[in-house]
Formats: sequence, structure tokens, C-alpha cells
Amino acid sequence: MKTNFADSSRTLTIRALANARRGWIALATAAIMVSACSESGSPSTHAPDAPGTAIKLLNVSYDPTREFYADYNKAFAAYWKQKTGQVIIMQQSHGGSGKQARAVVDGLEADVVTLALAYDVDALNREGQLIPANWSSRLPDNSSPYTSTIVFLVRKGNPKNIRDWNDLVRPDIQVITPNPKTSGGARWNYLAAWAYAKGLKGGSDASAEAFVKALYKNVPVLDSGSRGATVTFVERGIGDVLIAWENEALMAYSQLGADKFDIVTPSISILAEPPVSVVDKVVDRRSTRAVAEAYVQYLYSHEGQEIAARHFYRPRDAGVAQEHAAQFPALPMVTVGEAFGGWSKAQAAHFADGGSFDRIYSAQ
Amino acid sequence: MTPTRLPAGLAGTLLLIVALLYLGVLVALPLVVVFVEALAKGTTAYLAALADPDTRSALRLTLVVASVTVPLNLVFGVTASWAIAKFDFRGKNMLITLIDLPFAVSPVIAGLIYVLVFGARGWFGPWLTAHNIHIIFAVPGIILATTFVTFPFVARELIPLMQAQGTEEEQTAISLGASGWQAFRHVTLPNIRWGLLYGVLLCNARAMGEFGAVSVVSGHIRGLTNTLPLHIEILHNEYNPVAAFSSASILALLALVTLIAKALLERRHPELRPGIAHQA
Amino acid sequence: MTNVASAIDRTTDRAGGYPARRNRAFRVLPGFGLTMGVTLAYLSLIVLIPLSAAFLRSGTLGPRQFWHVVSAPRVLASLRLSFGASLVAALVNAVFGFIIAWALTRRRFPLRRIFDAIIDLPFALPTAVAGIALAALYSSNGWIGRWLEPLGIKVAYTPLGVVVALCFIGLPFVVRTLQPVLADLDREVERAAETLGASRVQTFRWVVLPTVWPALLTGCALAFSRSVGEYGSVIFIAGNVPMVSEIAPLMIMTKLEQYQYAEATAIAVVMLLASFGLMLLINGLQLWTQRRQRTRS
Repeated sequence: MKTNFADSSRTLTIRALANARRGWIALATAAIMVSACSESGSPSTHAPDAPGTAIKLLNVSYDPTREFYADYNKAFAAYWKQKTGQVIIMQQSHGGSGKQARAVVDGLEADVVTLALAYDVDALNREGQLIPANWSSRLPDNSSPYTSTIVFLVRKGNPKNIRDWNDLVRPDIQVITPNPKTSGGARWNYLAAWAYAKGLKGGSDASAEAFVKALYKNVPVLDSGSRGATVTFVERGIGDVLIAWENEALMAYSQLGADKFDIVTPSISILAEPPVSVVDKVVDRRSTRAVAEAYVQYLYSHEGQEIAARHFYRPRDAGVAQEHAAQFPALPMVTVGEAFGGWSKAQAAHFADGGSFDRIYSAQ
Repeated sequence: MTPTRLPAGLAGTLLLIVALLYLGVLVALPLVVVFVEALAKGTTAYLAALADPDTRSALRLTLVVASVTVPLNLVFGVTASWAIAKFDFRGKNMLITLIDLPFAVSPVIAGLIYVLVFGARGWFGPWLTAHNIHIIFAVPGIILATTFVTFPFVARELIPLMQAQGTEEEQTAISLGASGWQAFRHVTLPNIRWGLLYGVLLCNARAMGEFGAVSVVSGHIRGLTNTLPLHIEILHNEYNPVAAFSSASILALLALVTLIAKALLERRHPELRPGIAHQA
Repeated sequence: MTNVASAIDRTTDRAGGYPARRNRAFRVLPGFGLTMGVTLAYLSLIVLIPLSAAFLRSGTLGPRQFWHVVSAPRVLASLRLSFGASLVAALVNAVFGFIIAWALTRRRFPLRRIFDAIIDLPFALPTAVAGIALAALYSSNGWIGRWLEPLGIKVAYTPLGVVVALCFIGLPFVVRTLQPVLADLDREVERAAETLGASRVQTFRWVVLPTVWPALLTGCALAFSRSVGEYGSVIFIAGNVPMVSEIAPLMIMTKLEQYQYAEATAIAVVMLLASFGLMLLINGLQLWTQRRQRTRS
């Protein structure tokens, strides 16, 4: 029979902790092994840029662009193969714009970001030092190859007779719009509503805040992304009106039932410029700069603009815009720069902690 | 213990009906709705949804994660139960509480802490980036987060079981000249194998179904870092309820298999029934 | 020889551990050092050190700022919802869970085994699957929602929806903790009470309940602690409207998305402290119940 008369409990604890070292080493080895084994599962690859080897690029995008980039990626891959013989494998990630930006800052290795608003791309510089401060001037049109705007999606026949922003604050109306703290689209919605109220006769920031507050009082559920809000409206049947990206509304209309919905264009809206950018720190580390830059530049090409228009984004290219003019009604639009002094000011005034959105909800 | 018939008072039967209604509506109905919605457009649409490449890779990733997480927690569970059940030491209850802790931690917090440690701006972030090791937003991060969430499952099953079994048999083996390892393999292991299986079942079910923690640490890269639950959320957000519920039905089937296996195990080995656990 | 004999006596007293005098500990079984070592290492690596990251990060806020963050109206509302809904759900499950456990242990009825197995479904079903299923069921065009809407009862996207989801999650904990205790009840005592003239209600109140309530409490505490942090099953059915139907884990996510890591961890720390306290309580309860059962038998 084995006995350890000499061991006191203290000695045993010390021995246990000493043995813990064995445990640490074993676990550390295992962790490194697992991590090494799953290198293939991570978006980075050590494959050099030699012709013939496949290059993987990660495009981190916002919520509603899923279908657009599925098509665009095919087109770009074909174009690049034909031009250089290299095979491109595009990987996509989608989610609320703010959420995606934060993920990239925290280490999600995006070669390219295509987000909903400049403020979120700015965060890559501000919070993560991943891109230079002048990123938006590197590509034409503030690095926004396509634009969109904000419209309303209503039930077929518009039973509640919603014509303009002021109808949204009627007591019998339920409005669906996502949460501006996480969704880019929601922030465009919010600012568009604000711009409308401020642009009314006798309008001011105070009256605009009161208007937006009344509007949000009619919102029963705040999804974290534009797509979630669309699903709530379309699938769950909640709400009388969805404030949406024009491209989302048009897509819902054409794909899910021209017999179920109607689109209402308000009297005034905001020019939404979703920007794109190469993520410098990542592409330099992964040696994918050439491809990544080509990827974002191709968005401005005729084919890129065509695909954008097909997916209901307003193209920048005049020729393509002319061809698709029918599906994009003329609409007075303000810009963030004119109406709000740029995104930094708008974010600080409205969406940061203590901004107008917080005030609206805490007072309710 | 066989249930006996109480005098079948009206009150008794009413209560019974209430109980069964509650169970049926609250618990059974969600399971039913998964399959009904999955098959809402017919079996062809159902099978097509399952054959989708993104669904396939999500399923593969889920299986990979489970196949790493469950054995890790299995080994840990057995080790911890041996230390706790076969020995007496101070702070045992504190240790048990600490082991149980992940059970009560929100999955979002579970993901958050790993981002804090391994994210690009976290403790090890710069070092990991410099060495091109990817943990967060890659598969290892998902494995870590899932391991955290399923941490106590095996241990919770084994500790009371091994405590109830005591140490006499192992002591006898030792006194007959067996080494510790031999005693474990030939005496303890056969005794605990059903409890082990039980714990593994539960651990696996949770590992394959984990959502909140993985949602924080995955990059939601389609076809790459989306587990099946995340993929279900994506499909849900793509106006594709049939595909979403079809993928959900895979996990629901897994849940049913787990339930059946659990029920069979409990029938044969009633000592496995979860009861008051953790004797001092 | 007598030394060995008395040593055997002392070791068979408890699980291979200390004899009555603490200063002479000896181990009969080997492997304590190794298993404790691995246990502590793994526990630290996977659980304790990452958790400490949350505490350390929130520590950078300083006490006043920490309090400011945690007592902000929106945060308080989300904590109130998470804890409040969990409490309501735990209480509802206390009642119904008891009835179900009672029915399963005391009565025979068709399909009893199937109902028994179903109880574990919330435990085995992934949270996201439960989430979309519950959202589908209780939304206004869902199977159940469409009957409740005309009655004016809105479940989806309201705090009520959160409570329903948490009832789903918590039920197995209550039932499974109660079942063995109910099964072990000594029926003789109940019959004796009845022959002495006690009504059914009195028997229940004075004979059954005192024996059973620690288990009931434990089950409820388990359900509560699981519900407080629940995310997947709730996020699809909650409305996420700030101040109204926003759960605390979502609040943490929102803070995270705004690059306010420290603030996110502040909320996390509050929830972690509550979780830790709950786990201590639960384990303490379970210990106490053990001792009670031992003295009774």
C-alpha cells in the first residue's frame, strides 16, 4: 500500500502547481498545433503571387450587398483571370456596417472593405491605423462607386396612404428601421428623416429632434442590420412601412413580390454614398495589394457599374445611369456634407453616446 | 419507483392536462415548426437547401469544432473528476464552483473575453499578428469559445457519479499492486463509462449548437468561418426561411438523437439521472 | 501492522483523504498531483485568465466611470429586462415544472416516456434553432401568434416574448432537479397524514413541500442563471428596442460595436458577478440538500 506520510497539504498544493507547468506546456503545444493545422481554415494564405496559384481575397461588406457581390465577384474573377491568368477566390463577409468595421479593427483580415458609410471606413484609420487618413480621395467620387438613397417600402396598395416623412409619425403607423448604433443603413435613415424635418418651414434642430423622436416611437423592433429589418417587415409581416435603402426596397419589390409591396419615394431624401477601400496594412502583409486595388477599381468599370445597376444601386457612370434611368426616380437629395457637416460631426451629434439618438430613447 | 395511481380526482387530472399542454405548446411545438417550415416547399427544395455548398462547409466546420472541443473537455472532465471525487482537499467547493462558472456566463461574454485576449488590439494581438497566427476570426477562435461554453458538461456528470462510487475499488486495486493508471483504466473507467457517454452527448449537443459566443469571434466569412447555427442566421436574413429551417432541421435531428440516446442510457442506468449534484 | 490497519480505517472514512487530524494527510490513490495540475492549468487557461481580461479591462474605467456606465438608463433597463424576465420565467417554470415533475413521477398516462424525453429538448436544441422557431411561432402570422394577436396579446418583439423564450430554456432545469426528489419521497408519511385527517392541500403544504423546496429552489436558480445570459434563443424574438426590449447581452454587443470595449466589459463584469454569486448559491443549496437528505435517511 502506497502512503505518503511526509506530504502535508501545503506540499501537495505546491506540487500540484508545479505539475501545472506540465499542463501549461502540453496545452500550449496543443493550441499551437491546432492553430497551425487550421491555417488552411483562415483567410490568409502564404501562396505567393505567382501566376497559376489561387489568390484569396476577403471582402468585408455591409448587410444588403450579398447578392451584388456574389455577382460582381464572378465577373471580377473572370476579368482578372483573362487579364493576368491568376485565379482569384473571393471570400465574403456580411453584417451590420459598424459591426463589420469593428471586426476588421479587431483583426478580421479584410483585404477590401465595402461598407455603408464613410464613418465606418474611417474607423479603420481612427481606431486601428489600418488605412491612411486620406483613403477616400484615392478613388473617384469619394471612393463611392455607386450610390443609393432612402425610400419607403409599403404594403401593396399602400393601405395606410403613406406619402411622405410626415406620415411616419402618425399614431396609427408602425415603422420598421434598424438600430443606428450598429447598422449603417439605419444611420442614413435617421439623417434623412432629420434632414426632412429641419428642411420644413420653420424647422430647426430642435424640431427635427422632436420629429425623429416621434418617428422612433412608432418603431416596434430594432434589428441590428438593414437586412434584419427587411426580413422583419417582409417575412414577419411587422410594420406598415419599412425605411430602407433604395436598393433593398427595389430588390424586395422585384424578388419577393411586386404583388405584395409598393415603393413610395418621399419628397426629400439623402444621398447615401457607401464607400469602398483597400485595407493597406492587410494587403501589404499578404502581398495582395495589386489584386485588391484592381478589385475596387473594377467597380468603376462599365461592367462593374452595370452589375451595380442591375442590383439597384445608382451607378456613377453617366452612360449606365442613362440606360437604367427608369428604375431610379429623380429625387431631391441632401448630402451628409451639406446638411450635417460631414460624418464625424454627424456621428458625434447623433449616434455617439449622449447624442440625439440616446436622448430620444432615454426620454421615452 | 413505479408511479402509483392516486385517487383520480378531478383536480389531479386537470393538473395533468395543464402540465402536458404546457409541455406540448412550449417545448414540442418549436421542434415541430422547424420540420414543417423546412418541408414547406417540398422535399426537393429541402434537399437542395442541404446540398448548398455554403451549408455543407458550415456543417463541416461545426463537426470540426465539435471534434476538437468534445475530446478536450472529455479529458478535462475525467481529470478534474478524478482529482475532485477521489481526494479531499481544501477549496474543493470553490474549485467545483469555478468549473461550473462557464455554465452561467453569457455566451456573448464568452466571445468577448477571447476577443479581448486574442484580438488585434488585445493582449496577444500584436504578437499573433506579427507571427501570422490567426485565432480570432478563424477556426481556433471558434474552438476556444466553444470550449469555454461547453467546459463543465462532462465534469458535471462525472463528479457526482465518481463521488457516489467512492474509492474502495480503486484502493483495492492499488493495494493489489496496480499502478494509478492501471487502476483508472481497469476499475474506474468501466464504472463511469455510461456517465462519460452521457456527458459527451450533452457536451456535443451544446458544442454543435453554440451560437452567441461563436457569433462574436467568427468573422462571418461565408463558406469559411460560419458554423451551422451562424449559417442558419444568415439564411434567415436572406429571405430564405425554407433554407434556414432546413439547416435547422439537421441540428434538430441531432437534438432528437441526443434525446433518444439520453433516454435509453437513463433507462438502463438510473443512477445517471441528473439529481442533486456535488457532494462535499 | 496495527499502523496499517488503523490507516485503512481512517482512509475508508472518507474519499481517500485526510484523516481526522489535518496535519497528517496521506493519499492512497496516486495521481492527485498530475490531475490537479492539469485541472488547474486547463481551468486557468480556458476560463480564469480570459475572464480576468474582462475584469482588468473594465478596471481601466475607474470606479466613478464604471458606475456611470452601469447606471446609465439604457444599461439599467437592459439589466432589468434580462434579470427580470429570467426571474419571471424561473417562477413560471417553478409552478409548471413542479406540476410536470409531479405528473411524471406520480401518474401513469399514455406516452409518458415520450413526454419525459421531450423535457430535455431545450437543453439539446441549439439556441439559434430555438430562436428562429420561437420567433416563427409567436410572430403575428405564426401558429400561436395569430391566435393571440386578436386577443391583444403581443408576444413577439415584446418583453413577453423574452419571457416565453426563457421559459423554454429553463424548464428542463426545474423538472430534472425535482424529479429525483419527488421520486424519493416517502409515501408512507403522506398516507399517514391523510389517515390522520389532513386534506390533500394540507398534506402537500406540510409534508411534501418542506422536503421538496430546496430542490425546487436549486432548479429555479439553475434556470435563472442560465436565462440571464441567454442570447441565441432570445435575440430573434426580442424587439431590441432600447429601454423596452433590449437584453443585456445585446447591450454588451452594442457597446462593442462602438469600440467601447471598457464599457462593454463593465456590463459584462456586472453580469459575471451575478453569475458567480448564483453559482455559489446553487452549489451551497445543493450541499445543504445533501446534508438534509443524509440526516433524514
